[in-house]
Amino acid sequence: MAYVLTGALELGLLYALMALGVYITFRILDFPDLTVDGSFTTGGGIAAIMIISGYSPWLATVAAFAGGAVAGMLTGLLHTKGKINGLLSGILMMIALHSINLRIMGAPNLSVARLETVFTFVKVIPHMLILVIVIKLLLDAFFKTDLGLALRATGDNPRMIESLGANTDMTKIIGVSMSNGLVALSGALIAQEQGFANISMGIGMIVIGLASVIIGEAIFGAKTVFRATLAVILGSIVYRLVVALALRVPWLNAQDLKLITAVIVIIALVLPTFQRSWKQASVARRRTEELSGGDT
Amino acid sequence: MLQVTNAYKLFNAGTPDEKVALQSINLHLERGDFVTIIGSNGAGKSTLMNLISGTMKPDRGQVQIDGQAVEHLSEFQRSRWIGRVFQDPMAGTAPRMTIEENLAMALKRGQRRGLSFGVSKRKREMFREHLSRLGIGLEDRLNAKVGLLSGGERQALSLLMATFTEPQILLLDEHTAALDPARAELVTRLTEEIVSELKLTTLMVTHNMEQAIRLGNRLIMMDKGQIILDIDPEQKKSLTVERLLGEFERISGRKLADDRVVLG
Repeated sequence: MAYVLTGALELGLLYALMALGVYITFRILDFPDLTVDGSFTTGGGIAAIMIISGYSPWLATVAAFAGGAVAGMLTGLLHTKGKINGLLSGILMMIALHSINLRIMGAPNLSVARLETVFTFVKVIPHMLILVIVIKLLLDAFFKTDLGLALRATGDNPRMIESLGANTDMTKIIGVSMSNGLVALSGALIAQEQGFANISMGIGMIVIGLASVIIGEAIFGAKTVFRATLAVILGSIVYRLVVALALRVPWLNAQDLKLITAVIVIIALVLPTFQRSWKQASVARRRTEELSGGDT
Repeated sequence: MLQVTNAYKLFNAGTPDEKVALQSINLHLERGDFVTIIGSNGAGKSTLMNLISGTMKPDRGQVQIDGQAVEHLSEFQRSRWIGRVFQDPMAGTAPRMTIEENLAMALKRGQRRGLSFGVSKRKREMFREHLSRLGIGLEDRLNAKVGLLSGGERQALSLLMATFTEPQILLLDEHTAALDPARAELVTRLTEEIVSELKLTTLMVTHNMEQAIRLGNRLIMMDKGQIILDIDPEQKKSLTVERLLGEFERISGRKLADDRVVLG
């Protein structure tokens, strides 16, 4: 059991950065960005190939972030300047990245198992905890700056922030870049932790990210940005716990993982909607009774 | 201050639904002018506002603000000169953000947005002072999400956000039409106070005849994409609703057709 817990904490923290990226697009910008499936691999691929080529793993990790940010920027450009539907821009970029990632990696599978990675120097759990918290606090601070406020307003009321002089094309591009930078950073750290990068390591990432965001918000609340980013990180850890526990069910195995994830997301999305309509109906019934003075 | 010269706007050009939204519009506002606009459905009132704000661009003609041609600039580029309040109380504020965050964004109207904090202690004091002048208790709710406010409160906040940076031009697009009479009266009174205090050059579309006559120093009437009547300050003082309706009938040859018109 202790093993399950530490395992979930470790993976949860590594994937938390990806979940924070998904939070930026999905919640802040209100832009469901599917680039994530591609840019996660881009991050893993860049980190692996650079480490194999003899670069410092630290530099490789930073480069992975930059690579993801560029991919995000391209999605943002497709959507804003090319006027392509948001979902479609992400899908197009995801497909394009598949080929680009193969070009970057040169092979569908790269092993860094025997090479020096960042985790040769630092322990996963304590240092990931610090990194995730630092990034969380930086994001919280950013979303309080003038630029950060404009980004949030872009997802909340684009017409209003445009009339106040913010270029929403620009804010979207910045947001999607930041998001995919974080996703790629997460991919780079995962590749180093598991000892390899694989061309298909990003498949389903967007759904895992969504699951973390939705689970976190459902359990821990999202009243403020501070609360929401914390919830996303905890959501990422809880998600890993749920997966670990699900896999201990005798008739489920690893190949069912994606189905389990999809089911978790579906439940988390559907439940609040039902809850809301039940609640509304009961409040309406009670109010009607009050207004009619109970003379029915 | 504001000059619209020979402006045209066509909707759905080249299709069976083609409609002339504006034709040969000439409008000049002096600094401090407060012009109310009335007109029947589809007269082009909102299109004129959109042309000035940059939401739409004229197919022909010029728009000048303070002597500078702006017709090629988009809305966000013109925002440094223009404050605007929309009809929909939901349109002018960001519901999932707090009152102080909304004000902080409005404070940065038309300026570069960088990485300094949007809300500082000093700014918070200033916001509180401005809000208290609205007289509806918003100054004690700086950290409340705007989505929790009523329509009237949101519209009062929108008005404050549009004006407290003292823009060159204020556009009010039927900003009291969606409110119940008491709230509409509150927002109308606030509008009057703020505009006269800051001497803002203002253009206001309204369906309320009485409001159109009471507010402002000039009144223009639009019909079928044209300005058909421009009442100067001297005439406006003695204007009544009956005379206004009579003028409309005389010029356009039909009764003012507007399902939402309020005679006041």
